[in-house]
Order: sequence, then C-alpha cells, then structure tokens
Amino acid sequence: MNDPHLPRSAVIDRRIQESPTIFTLRMQFEDTDAQEAFEFSPGQFNMVTLLGAGEIPISIVNDPEDSHFFDHTIRVVGRVSEGMSRLQPGDRVGIRGPFGRGWPVEEAVGRDVLLVTGGLGCAPLVSVIRYLIKRRDRFGHLHILQGVKHSDDLIWREQYDTWASLPDVNVLLAADVASKGWHGQQGLVTELIGEVNLRIDRTITMLCGPEVMMLAAIANLRSIGILDHQIWFSMERNMQCGIGQCGHCQIGPKFVCRDGPVFCYSELADFMGAKGF
Amino acid sequence: MILTCSEEAVNLQDSTNESRQPQFLPRTRFQELFEVLKKTGYQILGPVERDGGIGYLKIDSMEQLQPGLTNEQQPGRYRLHHGDGVRLFDWNHGPQGLKPLCFAPQEILWKEQREPVGFQTHLPESIPTAVLGVRACDLAALAIQDKHFLHSDAPDPHYRQRREQLLLIGVDCAYSAETCFCASTGDGPSVKRGFDIGMSELDDGFLLWSGTPKGGAIVEQLSLAIAEESQLNSMLQQTKQAADAQLRTLPQADDLLRLYKRLEHIHWRDVANRCLSCGNCTAVCPTCFCYDVHHEVSLDGASAQNIRQWDSCFSASHSSMGGFKVRGEILQRYRQWLTHKLAGWQEQQGRIGCTGCGRCITWCPVGIDLTKETKNILWEASIDE
Repeated sequence: MNDPHLPRSAVIDRRIQESPTIFTLRMQFEDTDAQEAFEFSPGQFNMVTLLGAGEIPISIVNDPEDSHFFDHTIRVVGRVSEGMSRLQPGDRVGIRGPFGRGWPVEEAVGRDVLLVTGGLGCAPLVSVIRYLIKRRDRFGHLHILQGVKHSDDLIWREQYDTWASLPDVNVLLAADVASKGWHGQQGLVTELIGEVNLRIDRTITMLCGPEVMMLAAIANLRSIGILDHQIWFSMERNMQCGIGQCGHCQIGPKFVCRDGPVFCYSELADFMGAKGF
Repeated sequence: MILTCSEEAVNLQDSTNESRQPQFLPRTRFQELFEVLKKTGYQILGPVERDGGIGYLKIDSMEQLQPGLTNEQQPGRYRLHHGDGVRLFDWNHGPQGLKPLCFAPQEILWKEQREPVGFQTHLPESIPTAVLGVRACDLAALAIQDKHFLHSDAPDPHYRQRREQLLLIGVDCAYSAETCFCASTGDGPSVKRGFDIGMSELDDGFLLWSGTPKGGAIVEQLSLAIAEESQLNSMLQQTKQAADAQLRTLPQADDLLRLYKRLEHIHWRDVANRCLSCGNCTAVCPTCFCYDVHHEVSLDGASAQNIRQWDSCFSASHSSMGGFKVRGEILQRYRQWLTHKLAGWQEQQGRIGCTGCGRCITWCPVGIDLTKETKNILWEASIDE
C-alpha cells in the first residue's frame, strides 16, 4: 500500500533569484521512473519538505509538458521557505504530490480568458497564464490584470511585456504605490476590470490573490454580468496533508487541498465573504 | 434519517428476526469467551475503570470487569457509581470510544535521514485485538472514521494497520445516559452494524450473535444453545426502554444543512460567550479527525521525523496561515465545528458526523449542549423567515 504521507526525494537542478524575496527552484525526482510518471495540471501543488525545517504546500509553475523537471516559485514568508531560499543545485528536498484540482483549462478552450491577480508573483495564476500563452491558438482573447502593492514588487516584468506584444493579449498592470517610471495604473487591480472590453458571454475568469481582492473582483465581475459559473479562483488555507484528511483547509464541506485549490464561485458562493469561515 | 422510538423498535425487530440469531452464554461461563479469544490469538481490551472514567484497557479475565458499575452523565458532569448489581455493561461509555485504537493520538508518519538521504515510512506495530463492550454509537463512529481514512483516494496505511487487527464485540445499551441521543441519529442504542460479535446483557448471562464470519468463528467455539423467546423479548424490551428514555434529539439531516444559511445568526455569539475553546468536545468526539503534522529534528540534525497528533478546530493554530488566523475568534471556531459536524459531513460522507454519543455535552466544562445550540440556531432563525 502506498503511503500518501511519504515524500519522495528530489534534487535541485537550478535556482533562479526572481526578486529579493522570491526564487524559483527547478528540480527532478531522484527516481527517474517517478519523474517520468509525474503528471500535473496548472494550479496543482506539491507538498515540499526541507529536511529539518518542515513541509509546506507550493504550487507548480512550469508547463505540464515539461517531463524532465518541475518548477516551484517560492516567496520567503516563514521558517521553511526561508530555509528553502538557501537551497542550491545538488541539494535535496522531499516531494509529495501533485495534489488538488487545477484551473479549468479544458473548459476555457475556445473562450476568452480574464485573469486577475493581486500580490507578489502569484504563482498559481502565472502557471495557467503560461499554459494559455503556449497554446495560444486554442483560446480566445486573453486579458491579464496584475496588481501589486508597490510597483517595485512586480517580478517577471519582461514576461508581461512579451505577453502584451502577442496578438489579442491585453496586459494591464496596477500598483497601489507606484515609483517613477511605472507604466501601469496606480490603484487597485480590481478597478481595472471595468476598463476591459469583455465579451461577457464567452469569457471565463480566473482569479488569484488575497481573499479581499478576490471578493472585490467577484463583486465587480458579477455586476457586469459575469455569471457565477464563469468565475474560478484559487484559495489558500492551512494545508498539511494534501489529501483531504487533516481537516485544516476545510471551507464548508470542501477540502481546499483536495477539492480545490481552484474552485468555481458557484461551489463556494454560500461561504465566500462569511468572515472567519 | 431520524427514527422515532416506535420506529426504532420496529427496526430492531427486523434486524433481530433477519440478522440476529442470538445464542445464550450463561454468566457463569462468560470467562470462556475470554479463553476462546486468547486461544485464537487476540489480546483483549475491556472496559475498566480508570481515573474516574472508563477506558478500554488490556484484560485477561472477566474478574477484571466490575459488576454493578454505572455512569451518570449530564452536561459538564461525569460520575461513576458502584452498585451491587451483577451486570458488567450497565454503563454507557467513558471519554474515548474506538478512535484512539485506530487513529492514534500521536504517531510518527515517516522518518528521514541526511546520509544516505531518504524517507522511510513508519508503520505502527499492532497485534490482533478484541475490544469487548463496544457501544452502537462508537461502532457507527468507527464506520465514519473508516470512510475518512480508508475509503478515499488516498487510504491511510497507518490507520489501516491498526484497524485490520480489530475484532469488535459490540454490546446493546440497556440504559441511556442523560446526554445520549443515539436513537435520534439512528445509530443506537442497540448495535446495528460494524461489529464482529453482537452482545446483549441479561441478568443471568449474555446473548451473542455473529456479525461477521470472523466473529462467528469465535461464537461457534463456545458451543452455545439458541436463545429462548423470553430472552429475546428481554433484550428487545431493555433496548427499547433505553431508546425511550432519551430526551435529546437532533433535527433531521436536511434541516441541519440549513446551518449553512445561518452563518451570521445571532445565537453563535451566545454560544461563543460560554465556549472556552478548550477542545474537549473534539478530543472526546469519536468522529473528529483533524490532526496536526509537525517536523521533529534530532539534536545533531542528522535525522528528522514527521509526527501527526490530534488537532482541534478550537485551537488557535488550526486555521493559521503564516501567522494570519482564518478563525481567530471563538465564535468562528464553534461555528466551524458545529456546521462541519452536522452539515459539512453530509456532503463529505453522506451522513452527519454525529452518532449521538453525547460525549461533547458531558465533557464540556461549561456544559454546552450541541442539540440545544443547533435548535436555537435553526429555529430562532426560522421565526424570522
């Protein structure tokens, strides 16, 4: 019997410093069979163990067709991620996963996609943006709305420029606080929603970021006629097991780690916005 | 489904006629059951008085059971009483059911070492174990835990290792404690399913019937006579009396789903003003499954292990995300517990997560009664509708 709690060893192949506090680790399983068998979809996550520090959930950000490695982009927020920031090529971590349900990429085929993200990096959404961009002909217009607290926080700036240069890809940036030379807007990312010319009935929306930002975005989207089943978002909760067992991540009857982290708004409409639920 | 008392009796009648085929074990021969179990290779856990409560401890002989032992349970109160009766199972339950026997309060999940680097699963050692005197509410609760830990996409080998070793000897409750409401949840007071051997205690002995081939093989070795009609009637009568004596009830499962529409109800504040957020209710609940995982490192840093231990949605860290607590307030934690137990479980498992044992009422230091709180939240609100 497989033990779903038992990590498998993976080796760091590359380390990329994305910003002072954000870094990407490219890794592969030591067991080549395990690496070959590893399949995931954008929005799914792994539980990553650093020996001596502990285990944390981190989303997988590379393309699912990359079969020889997988990438985790990590922001230093606590003890374990701080420890992981010191990892170098050749070092090892433990991996369990992939876990959860990712973005509805099949449902998005042939539709326009509005992607709204707030906060630093927001790895879960970047993974799906890359996925959509790489398969550009399968999807309609892409609207990418990225908000950051401070304009200096934006990582992957060149990537946004590249995306913006593609046909029918619309990139709008917003910063609460902007320094000189910022070309985006100043203000909240959710305010950008009104500026996008959406084809309402053929659009699917994907949100990622702090819950208050997503709630504001959902309210805006519904007010312009987007229906509940067109709204998808990635939730964050205390996740320790990844398999819907330890109980911490529950929202109503849903386990975020297993039934999410990506949810359709219609699944959680009763609970979103209930403070402390 | 919620059974009224008369339906309860009908159901029991059916199960007696169809599946219960009791044989009679005279009280003077009860020790033979112990001998057969031991000969078959089981260690025996039986109900023994401990720290003012009753726990399932290792025993070898019926002499270690205490005749005349009864319990008094009220909101926030548990007392054992020692009478001069002959019966061994005239109490209801202690603070723990079967949960700790399968889902360990604390256990190592895996170990890890630096040189050579690797992770090794750590499975518990377990031996065949017969548990004597398991209550209907706890059998139902174990079925819920089985579903959570075993019948999922990721079955738990640690739980399974212990679970597979159990032989469960269930016993009908001839009396109900004041806090019991198993008739209302449809789980008791007579054992319904999940046992290997069923048992009902009468003054002069025990009715035994098999629930599984494994249990049947044990009963067969005792070479007992078929129970007489009068004995069957006594059995039915006392479990019916136990059911009739229960005063507490829970609303219907469908009604309980409406708790999700009452998340902002004013009564949550009323409960929160009394709740100490101590977590006693989750610790004694036979279905609560939350656990915390922590990483423990050896002093020399050469090895580490991941350990899980029971957690509670009443703990401050339960909803913690990097310092931010989703449920920082007691109100939010009680609401999480009650809505999950009575509503969330229905989608997760197809039934409520409560089997009517009433432990959360008994062991709550301030005597909060979930049956009352639930009705206040559902019924007061329905007046406003």
